[in-house]
Amino acid sequence: MLCEKAMELVRELHRAAEGRLPAFNEDGLRQVLEEMKALYEQNQSDVNEAKSGGRSDLIPTIRFRHCSLLRNQRCALAYLYDRLLRIRALRWEYGSVLPSALRFHMSAEEMEWFNHYKKSLATYMRSLGGEEGLDITQDMKPPKSLYIEVRCLQDYGEFDVDDGTSVLLKKNSQHFLPRWKCEQLIRQGVLEHVLS
Amino acid sequence: MTMNCVACWQGICREGSSFGICLMVFSRLDRILRRKIVAVQCRFNHIISRGSKLELPLWLAKGLFDNKRRILSVELPKIYQEGWRTVFSADANVVDLHKMGPHFYGFGSQLLHFDSPENADISQSLLQTFIGRFRRIMDSSQNAYNEDTSALVARLDEMERGLFQTGQKGLNDFQCWEKGQASQITASNLVQNYKKRKFTDMED
Repeated sequence: MLCEKAMELVRELHRAAEGRLPAFNEDGLRQVLEEMKALYEQNQSDVNEAKSGGRSDLIPTIRFRHCSLLRNQRCALAYLYDRLLRIRALRWEYGSVLPSALRFHMSAEEMEWFNHYKKSLATYMRSLGGEEGLDITQDMKPPKSLYIEVRCLQDYGEFDVDDGTSVLLKKNSQHFLPRWKCEQLIRQGVLEHVLS
Repeated sequence: MTMNCVACWQGICREGSSFGICLMVFSRLDRILRRKIVAVQCRFNHIISRGSKLELPLWLAKGLFDNKRRILSVELPKIYQEGWRTVFSADANVVDLHKMGPHFYGFGSQLLHFDSPENADISQSLLQTFIGRFRRIMDSSQNAYNEDTSALVARLDEMERGLFQTGQKGLNDFQCWEKGQASQITASNLVQNYKKRKFTDMED
């Protein structure tokens, strides 16, 4: 059946849990594009034949192929677009440096897009709040205090606190640290925010 | 090959940029299935004789349809016909809309594209059915906290399930706030999902 491959791409993304980014299905996309190319060429020749040879009975077939082309295009675009939305969310959810396993799931173009997006966001953030800029990816939840209690979930190593001292983040150790320093580590799963 | 991007883009972004919704459009379209079409003079890869009935995908039927019915005409699926419409108007709540085709409303809306003389009745039926069922969905989604909701959603179609989930999210967010957890920073979804799969390769 036509457009099956394109539907498969869409289904594959739909099945992936909220926010997860499966590996880029380069093969699948290539097959969709090949199918589109074949349909296009068949239609081109049929259109020429219909025009010159007066074969109007070819028109339904031409329309059928055209519908399939549009369908393939729509599925492919939706696949690519949705992946971009998920990648964009990663910048906000996780931070500007993605784990390497995730990076392997992205195509070269997607990686490039991510870098562009990071840059745009950084430029925008620098333009806010006077000279220093404003990190709007912080304080995603309304903060109640400047310092928070955190517990270490993994061994992380030395961690510099602003006033020159540093703490050793060892698994299961607990610390009282400035919120703005920890937020990213909490989101990345290194620390856990402990509510007293 | 030039792409007719504008129309396609509008199709994709129609209801907002959430792919969940766009995908609903897709997978809804995927539920073509129960559609019978009378083909009038059409030739695909092999000749299909005039008057034959086929099942076609919705997207294909939509693409081939025109007002003069030169290629095909569409037969309405049973659940959108008079008989079932009467059932819905009697009591919309008892019907298992998930079994009726998981995208009852979406598919029904798309059916209006085919210029049936019953269009006005179909759209009324869709609307009234939704209105009849909505109250119960809203109530149950706002009152089921931390419990197994499978029985509540079993007979809902996909759109209704989406509404139910939205309601649940609102409820959970509110409860979280009430417990004073709204300011607690949590790990990103990505991390939580990967943790479940024992994903260990996470370097900064």
